[in-house]
Amino acid sequence: MRPFDYMRAEDLQAATEAKGNGATVIAGGTNLLDLMKLEVMAPERLVDITRLDLHNTERTSGGGLRIGALVTNSDLAANPDVRRNWPVLSRALLAGATGQLRNKATTGGNLLQRTRCYYFYDTAMPCNKREPGSGCHARTGFNRIHAILGASDKCIATHPSDMAVAMRALDAEVEVQGSGGTRRMGLDALYRLPGDTPHIETSLAEGEIITAVILPPPPTAATQVYRKVRDRSSYAFALVSVAAVVAMDGARIREARLAFGGLGPMPWRDGEVERALEGQEPSDALFDCASDILLRDAQGQGSNDFKIPLARRTLKAVLREVTRTEAPA
Amino acid sequence: MQTTLKINGESWTLDVDPRTSLLDALRHHLDLTGTKKGCDHGQCGACTIILNGRRINSCLTLAVMHDGDEITTIEGLGEPGRLNPMQEAFVRHDGYQCGYCTPGQIMSATGMLDEVSQGWPSHVSASLEGDVPLSREEVAERMSGNLCRCSAYPGIVRAIRETAGEVSE
Amino acid sequence: MNKHLKMDAPQKRVLDETAQGTLGRPLDRPEGPLKVSGRAAYSAEYQLPNMATGVLVRATITHGRMTSLNDEAVRGMPGILGVFTGERFLRNPAQGGAGKAPVQGASEVAYLGQPVALVVAETFEQARHAAQQLRPTFAGEPADTHPEHAAQVDRPDKKQLDQGDVDGAMQAAAASVDVVYTTPPHSSAPMEPHASVAEWQGDRLILRGSYQMLKYNKKELADAIGVAPENVRILSPYVGGGFGSKLGIAPEAVSAALAARELGRPVRVVMSRQQVFEGTMRRSETRQRLRLAVDADGVLTALEHDARVSNLPGESFSEPVQQATHFLYRGENRRHENEIARVHRTCAGSVRAPGEAVGMLALEAAMDELAEAAGIDPIELRKRNIPDTHPENGIPYSARSLAECLDEGARRFGWGQRDLRPGQRREGEWLIGIGVAAAARPNILSDSRARVTLREDATALVETDMTDIGTGTYSVLSQLAAEMLGLPVESVEVRLGDTDLPPAAGSGGSWGASSSGSSVFLACRGIRETLARRIGCGAEALTLQDGVATGGNRRETLRDLLAEGSIEVEGHIEPGETAKEVSQASYGAHFVEVAVSAVTGEVRVRRMLGVFAAGRILNEKTARSQCHGGMIWGIGSALTEEIAHDPRDGHIVNRDLAEYHIPVNMDVPDLDVTFLEERDDHASPIQSKGIGELGISGAGAAVINAIYNACGVRVRDYPATPDKIIAQLAE
Repeated sequence: MRPFDYMRAEDLQAATEAKGNGATVIAGGTNLLDLMKLEVMAPERLVDITRLDLHNTERTSGGGLRIGALVTNSDLAANPDVRRNWPVLSRALLAGATGQLRNKATTGGNLLQRTRCYYFYDTAMPCNKREPGSGCHARTGFNRIHAILGASDKCIATHPSDMAVAMRALDAEVEVQGSGGTRRMGLDALYRLPGDTPHIETSLAEGEIITAVILPPPPTAATQVYRKVRDRSSYAFALVSVAAVVAMDGARIREARLAFGGLGPMPWRDGEVERALEGQEPSDALFDCASDILLRDAQGQGSNDFKIPLARRTLKAVLREVTRTEAPA
Repeated sequence: MQTTLKINGESWTLDVDPRTSLLDALRHHLDLTGTKKGCDHGQCGACTIILNGRRINSCLTLAVMHDGDEITTIEGLGEPGRLNPMQEAFVRHDGYQCGYCTPGQIMSATGMLDEVSQGWPSHVSASLEGDVPLSREEVAERMSGNLCRCSAYPGIVRAIRETAGEVSE
Repeated sequence: MNKHLKMDAPQKRVLDETAQGTLGRPLDRPEGPLKVSGRAAYSAEYQLPNMATGVLVRATITHGRMTSLNDEAVRGMPGILGVFTGERFLRNPAQGGAGKAPVQGASEVAYLGQPVALVVAETFEQARHAAQQLRPTFAGEPADTHPEHAAQVDRPDKKQLDQGDVDGAMQAAAASVDVVYTTPPHSSAPMEPHASVAEWQGDRLILRGSYQMLKYNKKELADAIGVAPENVRILSPYVGGGFGSKLGIAPEAVSAALAARELGRPVRVVMSRQQVFEGTMRRSETRQRLRLAVDADGVLTALEHDARVSNLPGESFSEPVQQATHFLYRGENRRHENEIARVHRTCAGSVRAPGEAVGMLALEAAMDELAEAAGIDPIELRKRNIPDTHPENGIPYSARSLAECLDEGARRFGWGQRDLRPGQRREGEWLIGIGVAAAARPNILSDSRARVTLREDATALVETDMTDIGTGTYSVLSQLAAEMLGLPVESVEVRLGDTDLPPAAGSGGSWGASSSGSSVFLACRGIRETLARRIGCGAEALTLQDGVATGGNRRETLRDLLAEGSIEVEGHIEPGETAKEVSQASYGAHFVEVAVSAVTGEVRVRRMLGVFAAGRILNEKTARSQCHGGMIWGIGSALTEEIAHDPRDGHIVNRDLAEYHIPVNMDVPDLDVTFLEERDDHASPIQSKGIGELGISGAGAAVINAIYNACGVRVRDYPATPDKIIAQLAE
């Protein structure tokens, strides 16, 4: 770990200023310190924001939920309002990491965690995300945990969060504070696809800090499910995960919001999948059609080819569950 | 950097390199070596301590971030001759073999039971609301952040459930 | 006084006659309170005055030479005391029991991740950063890294067997299987990373290290650094798990010793978790071919078990895949072909149950396939094939309770309700099945010494350089001494892990408890003879219980008998003819129930039972824990554990505990373990056999067999991760 100057921000302005001047923000630290110990990340300055007043979760005037960026994953998962009204978010949080990590990891930090790509983590290996232009060693290497959607020839890393997958399905927005004031954006706008610049992962500007996540009001009469498939029964990253928020209108699907983990460089969502489902009567054929759409551009990299059938199977099972459709005999 | 930590009820002021993890501050600077380093990356749980009432991995935080914070380590629970009930249950149920992950298991179990008493659900809870029955499965899921390569898991689960009053032996 | 026994003949069951009633009981570990309170000190935890900290640096090429250390910039960094490398650095740890240094010389690189230098600084933070900044230069050479594409493949004569006519028997078979199984490399991954604190006291090195077999480690370390063995003392009173990875002296110890000598101050070196994966032993991957044939009675007529494993060029160790196959089943026509591919990957060595841990994954799954092919119940097939005499050398067996283990397990597990056809039980999306496999592990007795002192106050002190790596040595030695000397177990103190004490067998190969236990037994027998003389009776007539001696119509307290002085005896057990005259092994049977998700292919173990017979059980609690450990390793090898090597440079890609998946608590159901009463008079004077590796033997195969019974998918490429299940499982 490289030496750094440590400063504790007493207020948000000091924090955004420090970040604008090149400091790296530390909150829970569960991923940043992990990476700093390996010198995958080597900031010269750290600004500690843990004592800022961003620890509250409260209803917005419009009936949504404003989650402070420093709310821990544990507190968010255990929040009674979240458990009752946004259960997919609790479920996703509880499917991730461990009790100890969730007690430390924060909402903002969870969104901004880096990929778990083995080659990103090993400074002796080429990695365009860590060292732009050095190459992607994962594409031709061991890539069991890598992306099948949204990757580029420069980077095939996945985003490892469970929480963010549920948030994406819930149409969450992040509130961002910078020197120029506050702005809000959806997760689709927060995250960037790797393209030719996999080292640029978000659209946050230099001095911007995530201050909150805003959930819209709870979906009405919707079934919410988070399903995670992994290599051991606990404490493993998703091979595939599906967050589903689906509402029925009689025998037909009124609204479907589906997000996916383990498949792409960001929590994945595909509007065409949802449009294919909405207004339709659930059936295995329909679910196959939705899976076809989701996976139309899917590309395996060798060791992760299995994610294509696994994603199909998992999506179909989740759709059966939320629409209470029997599997064909 | 000067930092004051309240550990097991005692105040310690130390002057550390800002890079010092809370774990290394305990082990290298305060000679509190009961807290173990198994991976240094939050992947094994051997370094689990209780920070301001919550179990965390002490390897993944900096000592300087915890000025004024309250920390409980394994040394604060009990010592030979005066073990606490959880420690005694671990001995009775052989919830360890080599002993290296054990302090982390016990600290984690201690923090975990507090989480259960607050009604926190887990990944395996059938419902997100209501009381949590401390089944074998609930304990196992909530303790999955503490690896044990000797694989003393059956004894660990029994020791915890007995301490929580779920089963009597 | 010395009491020596060479195990040349079966021994009388003295311990069935003693009166204390302590041995075998499920007593708590005497060191337990220290462990659960964080007071047991492991090697990195000795804080010596003026101690410096070293961090190892790895090679970043696969094969070639380090051309320059390139250390100028690093030497100027804050707190740096030195950068060390050289011809005495270890390339990899010594193999178990080597007794001499392994391959040395940091300038030659044999695998990516090899330790090549040590950066020492005042603090850990300074040393770690400097080590990360040190960028030695290397000149690479071409290297084979994949065992299936290696140019050099050795086929040592002594590792081949061809007996009878396997091909003919296969052709004439009533039923047969010819299948290939593969197993991936494994890592021991003990929770305590390898750690050493080196301190020179004049010409003598004191090393606090985390090691399993101290009498060998002392010689290995002395040889590596170029001093006489008597000038090395190793202390390992607590070892945070070993599982083979701490059998031989490792790079951190040697580099710490060299740096400490150079700097004139103590040096601590702890491997990072990544370095433990890369720089200590891995278990080799295997490709195994099984050809099994039975006649119309279900009796094996052919048993061929071939293997390809790998190791670095020049390493003599190769995974002994057929270790249990040799003696477990009938089959007069037999063949074992062994190939060792030479590859530039992390050194292969002993990982818990070398041989059986992977050999039984293949053999016991193939037996399940054979049972189906022959239309015979898998338990019945195994029982029909228990040999009368060793099928390769004709010697008889010592105590062997395999059939009893299978029967008892079948009864307890409800085997009779099993539907032989796969895919018959379903609960929602979960397909349920059960499976069985046999367990076997050869018994080894190893030279071991211990000193026992019965002190004037009627307490005993047991001293040996034996280690307790979690295996229960403190427990079983104190119980043995208490039993033999008629003392409450609290009156026995056991000191371990110090090379200044009598040299023991060490912890490895499941021989630790029997071997060190036999030496304690012998020492106590010597003490009993002295006590008998003092009370005036023959040794046979002496009864010792609760500190009171009875014999020859006299009854005396031990304190009175000891008034004329304490008694000190060194016991020494040596293996002998019984090791060759009979086939000795521990046996068992595993029963597993799994649930397989028909959607995702995820597997959950729901029930698991192990029935074991391993001679006399010395402490039922610690023995049970050893079996739990083995069975859970079996779950890991069946479902989750796999080292992934990079296809281009051979380095270990998943070199941490987030991506190398050892089982977590949630992967493990409540396990049931039953021991069958057994005595093995040929094994040792205490009639016990090894148990530390028995539990893993066959356990993973039982899981795989249960998966097949659940869903009809036969995974022959371990581990059975979801991708491999869904590849064969209709949606």
